[in-house]
Amino acid sequence: MPPAPPPPGPPPREPAGSAVRSGLIDRHIAFVEALRGAGLPVSLAEGLDATAALRRLDWTDRSAVRAGYAATLVKKAGQRTTFDTLFDLFFPHLVGEGLATLDPAAEDPAAGRALDPSRDNAEAVAAFRERLATTLADALAAEAGERSEHSDGDAAPPGDDLARLAAEAVGRFGAMPGRTAGQTAYSAYQTLRRLAPGELTDRVVAGLLGDLDTDAMDPAARERAERSVARGVGRFTRLVEDDARRRIAERKSPEYVADVAVRPSIDRLAFTAARREDLEEMRRQVAPLARRLATRLAKQRAAQRGGPLDFRRTVRASMSTGGVPIRTLHRPRRPHRTDLVVLCDVSGSVAHFAQFTLLLTYALRENLGRLRAFTFVDRTTEVTHVLRPGRDPAEVMEELVASTQHAALVGRTSYGAALHSFRSQYGDALGPASSLLVLGDARSNYSDLALDDLRAMTSGIRAAWWLNPEHPRHWDSGDSAASRYAAVVPMVECRNLVQLEEFVQRVL
Amino acid sequence: MTWFSSPTDAAARLGDAGYLADTATATTAYLAGALEKPLLLEGPAGVGKTELAKAVARATGAGLVRLQCYEGLDEARALYEWNYSKQLLRIQTARGADGAAPDWDATHDDIFTEEFLLTRPLLTAIRRDEPTVLLIDEVDKTDVEVEGLLLEVLSDFQVTIPELGTVVATRKPLVVLTSNAARELSEALKRRCLYLHLDYPDAEREREIVAAQVPDLDDAVARQLVATVVRLRELELKKAPSIAESIDWARTLVALEVRELDQAAISATLGAVLKHATDHDRAVRELRLRA
Repeated sequence: MPPAPPPPGPPPREPAGSAVRSGLIDRHIAFVEALRGAGLPVSLAEGLDATAALRRLDWTDRSAVRAGYAATLVKKAGQRTTFDTLFDLFFPHLVGEGLATLDPAAEDPAAGRALDPSRDNAEAVAAFRERLATTLADALAAEAGERSEHSDGDAAPPGDDLARLAAEAVGRFGAMPGRTAGQTAYSAYQTLRRLAPGELTDRVVAGLLGDLDTDAMDPAARERAERSVARGVGRFTRLVEDDARRRIAERKSPEYVADVAVRPSIDRLAFTAARREDLEEMRRQVAPLARRLATRLAKQRAAQRGGPLDFRRTVRASMSTGGVPIRTLHRPRRPHRTDLVVLCDVSGSVAHFAQFTLLLTYALRENLGRLRAFTFVDRTTEVTHVLRPGRDPAEVMEELVASTQHAALVGRTSYGAALHSFRSQYGDALGPASSLLVLGDARSNYSDLALDDLRAMTSGIRAAWWLNPEHPRHWDSGDSAASRYAAVVPMVECRNLVQLEEFVQRVL
Repeated sequence: MTWFSSPTDAAARLGDAGYLADTATATTAYLAGALEKPLLLEGPAGVGKTELAKAVARATGAGLVRLQCYEGLDEARALYEWNYSKQLLRIQTARGADGAAPDWDATHDDIFTEEFLLTRPLLTAIRRDEPTVLLIDEVDKTDVEVEGLLLEVLSDFQVTIPELGTVVATRKPLVVLTSNAARELSEALKRRCLYLHLDYPDAEREREIVAAQVPDLDDAVARQLVATVVRLRELELKKAPSIAESIDWARTLVALEVRELDQAAISATLGAVLKHATDHDRAVRELRLRA
């Protein structure tokens, strides 16, 4: 795909008498700035590497430019999504409608004619949905390789069709009058609401299955088709969102959109702001995170040398230096293992956070002595049996969610009642060797806080921490009793995976 | 020497060497050669990280020097070491010949020479005159100190040996580092490298890879196999099957002469793809296999 010229905007002022500036360097610098703003640590040296790389690459090949930038600037897999979004903003694959060949009726939207009723009415929506269904079905069929013989080799890859369709959809159905006359604004939300691609699923599934679709058919095949269609619809949704962002970036500036519309990378995304698919992605991050932490912990322990001298190995090692013991070797120290008691608030908004932390501690259990886990809303219940070793994390998660109903009597969070019931029922779980970890936002619906119970629980144990998934500026607002609990148990802010990782590494 | 002349050239020559590279991989491999920067490959196990380094060596006709990293790897194993026992032997024989101990300067000059130097992979790669691909495998397994050691080698391509002086590379090797991301590598190391995250390929590409590696496999079976593997990756498994497992599975099917990958065939051979009991159970349940 040809690269886009810089989008229309205020033309860069050129100093008189200087050579013509392409604006490429400005754009490069703005792009690097935006990456830094989004939390990618791009150093000056890496920026220079990127320019060196681009000089070796063909500017007309957008995927090569993307690969060149990615190789030199992005050094963590988790940051790739952020990078891709910003790259699409700063180096869009097309400008404006860009559809002149596909849709002869397309005209310059800036003139306001995109609102032409013939292009945008109920009939047009229906016709467009028809086309969308066909394109989706074709794309998915081609992907499955079942109908590859029908399409000729010259056809563009199906992904491109879908992208073009998404761009057209935003241009036609997402256009709204802008704030000032003659301007057009674009909305992904409106586009998707009017087209409702989700409701096309059944039709596309039927199209995919074709004549095979009878009651006698294998239910697994139908399920497979449904899943692939859902994936296709999801892709279309993302394309529409991308295209709306691109159009906004053309009008305002990429920097503007980068500031307001780019989501943080998954490890910096707040637990409480996560969407459904983010949660799944986060859950997938738990296992690698636990593995990384375990290696790091093992290394830290290995580094703490100073155990008793291992005489045999020292003499053995001195052989290579002619019998002179140049290097002494020591026995490893007996590792210290923490007995951990985790107490989680599983009510509504903080439930996700508690589950993640519980999953993470569970994944780290090899580094722990004993782990006992309790959940509560207004009553404490033990969930240790759910965290049996060797179980599949997805199942564990489901059971944890199910256990919530045992944790509630009335259903309103009450830390006081929960702490009290913990102390009376499971008080023996805490001993001199154990550490207590409380997970929750300390929002107790103005009920009794049972500070005395908490104080009694934390006296005589090794350590206690409270992880709070809220930003410290929200602590003590409304019904939050954060600082009153913090006076008893040190409270730590833990809003995203990065902070969780830091905490676990520090205390274990 | 130039390694590759363009990304297209890289893709074509890697393809001839038996490695099907996508645009990003080919472009990054080309850049690693053109900019003479080390290439850091990260990704799940079995997606072809090590294989890429080997393929680059094959495609460019360069020699491959491999440093396998492990916990406890030190300078002596990575860079160079003096051959102590040989040095001791040399001193003892010198004394034995004329009865009196030889003077110190002569001995010193004598025992710290090339003859008593054991070169390890890093030094070997730097000293080679022929084009060389240096593969530093599983760099995340080493200790942080070794990373510091790598910094000097990777940024300046030189090694300082106090007794001999500084050895500078006559011909810069193409360095490929691989990592399973078991721990985060230091920023300093990452900054010096080009980075490429290799992930599971899309279905079409995977089919091509399987077909190229296992040419005996029936095309229809290959499609079914890839579709099943893609489905398995969607499940939350402890270890999702990677390309290496797909190829193993394809070989298994060829060996068993399976013509149709139906449910019975999948359950019988699932062990080739999934290596955990819980993963196995989950797959049987989700794919509705009769165990």
